[in-house]
Amino acid sequence: MRKDTSDLVFKYFLAVFPCLILLLVAGILYQLVSSSGLSIHKFGFKFLSNRTWDPVAEDFGALPFIFGTCVTSFLALLMAIPIGVGSAIYLAEYAPAKVSKVISIFVDLLAAIPSVIYGLWGIFVLVPLMRTHVQPFLGKYLGFLPFFQGPNYGVGFLSASIILAIIIVPFIISISREVILAIPSVYKESSYALGATRWETIQLIILSHAQAGIFGAIILALGRAIGETMAVTMIIGNNPSITSSLFSPGYTLASVVANEFSEATSKTYLSALIEMGLVLFVVSIVVNALARLLIWSVTTRESVTV
Amino acid sequence: MKKLLAFIFAVSLASVAWADATLINGAGATFPYPIYSKWFDEYAKMNPGMTFNYQSIGSGGGIKQITAKTVDFGASDGPMTQDQLNEAPGRIYHIPTVMGAVVVAYNLQGVKTGLKLTGDILADIFLGKITKWNDARIVAENPGVNLPDQSIVVIHRSDGSGTTYIFVDYLSSVSPAWKGKVGKGTSVNWPVGLGGKGNEGVAGLEKQTPGAIGYVELAYAKQNDLTYAHMKNSSGNYIEPKIESVTKAAEGVSIAPDFRVSIVNSSNPEAYPISSFTWLLIYKEMDDHAKGEAIVNFIKWAITDGQKYTEALDYAPLPANVVSMIQEKLKAVKY
Repeated sequence: MRKDTSDLVFKYFLAVFPCLILLLVAGILYQLVSSSGLSIHKFGFKFLSNRTWDPVAEDFGALPFIFGTCVTSFLALLMAIPIGVGSAIYLAEYAPAKVSKVISIFVDLLAAIPSVIYGLWGIFVLVPLMRTHVQPFLGKYLGFLPFFQGPNYGVGFLSASIILAIIIVPFIISISREVILAIPSVYKESSYALGATRWETIQLIILSHAQAGIFGAIILALGRAIGETMAVTMIIGNNPSITSSLFSPGYTLASVVANEFSEATSKTYLSALIEMGLVLFVVSIVVNALARLLIWSVTTRESVTV
Repeated sequence: MKKLLAFIFAVSLASVAWADATLINGAGATFPYPIYSKWFDEYAKMNPGMTFNYQSIGSGGGIKQITAKTVDFGASDGPMTQDQLNEAPGRIYHIPTVMGAVVVAYNLQGVKTGLKLTGDILADIFLGKITKWNDARIVAENPGVNLPDQSIVVIHRSDGSGTTYIFVDYLSSVSPAWKGKVGKGTSVNWPVGLGGKGNEGVAGLEKQTPGAIGYVELAYAKQNDLTYAHMKNSSGNYIEPKIESVTKAAEGVSIAPDFRVSIVNSSNPEAYPISSFTWLLIYKEMDDHAKGEAIVNFIKWAITDGQKYTEALDYAPLPANVVSMIQEKLKAVKY
């Protein structure tokens, strides 16, 4: 290999960019911590376990908001993963190329819709539907579960999770489909040549090769779900509560910051809101790390068996 | 090259001419934004060379920015607290500009606009003490109205807002229980209910949820055909929220000279009780002579000739006694 100074220059020049990303993350973290100093000092770790959010008495706690963020993101993933991965497999493996292309265009289109549009659609279409049909139905047949009890407003955890699922499904479909399409066809052909059925090929060849990419798509979707603000705040009912009922209204970290930041006047109040941002930052890092750990453990086990 | 130089010269000349124009920067409340932009527009037409730049970032932001002197004037739907005034580097004046009202809107099949409510009942509904529409206390105020045996669904604003401030200020002034348990602010710890984002969020939930009760700005309720309550005022009269009854709230009542006054639950017998001023915030001593003069002239115009634009936008004009008080106050402003 011929050594050249221009190569070196280019290498270091490129290295600047990822360093900028690191700096950015560090800068955000520093700013969040320093601006929430007043609140951290005043409430300490009680901030994380306190259930009250009272701007008038200046008593602030993040627990119901952490709960709301985690519940809605988890439920959204629960709904979005089967739909997303299933669609991706169908589009990549079963659908005729033309159909697959056309549907993919629509999927990408869905991914580009601003979330406030989803929120408006939620208020005017999803919420009435949930109140008049879906939730009464769930209450009637699954009402023995604590998740489907209590008064039915239409807005609440369940509706917000459904909106989130709709928002993140296109990400999962789009990335998973690309990953599956990228698997060299020679593998699939070998599998068929050995007499495997289509189902066996999907199970043994496609999913095992594509799983890292699919999990990547899921993590990206999870990040989107945790941080999603506008659509959720329009649908979730904005009431900081911790309950087992998915019909009841809730609140999320991102929503409360967006809702209250512009009119927050006192220093403690502002500082507490910024600390909510810090908590959201930490929650996304922790959830992401957990998801990654889960995926690593799953992928290594899979690769041994295959 | 010569052409280029000439061009640069022309551009710099033009920018000098621009710099000559007075640019007034303001920031704050969203509630009066429509009338303020109308005023800025009309005033700039009459005074070429005046440009306004107003950012409706919310009352909290307005207070922060005027305190930091990053803008020439601030605007707020709630008066600044004494602590906030002490923090400012100079003396700040509150100047009322227009009046607004908050209406109590509800969604009850078969019940038209004009359900009669008292402040006490309203506070107890929002405290979660009254939970049914056919509660004896509501029925007692509304003989002849067929009130259903339906749960009340309370809907409030989820975003911090001047509208919320006016509403809970009223509840605090009529209900000691509310004052003790919840209090007043642009966001409060709601005992019950669903939060909708913005007027449109509250109205959206309201229209869809049978049995809902919530509060929105008067203009918003009118433009969206919501059904709303007539409120019992401090003299015992049931008052429909409309422009005249809102103006009455500040008419003939004693007003503190610093204007940091709440006019909810006004003593005027014809007043709609959930009414409020919205304020401009300016420094008593302005740093910049030209800007100070321009702002004072603008306010003088806005509270007199400018008031004729209010009604078309569903704001209530200031009553004459308040206008003359402001004119007196403006004489003390130095620039």
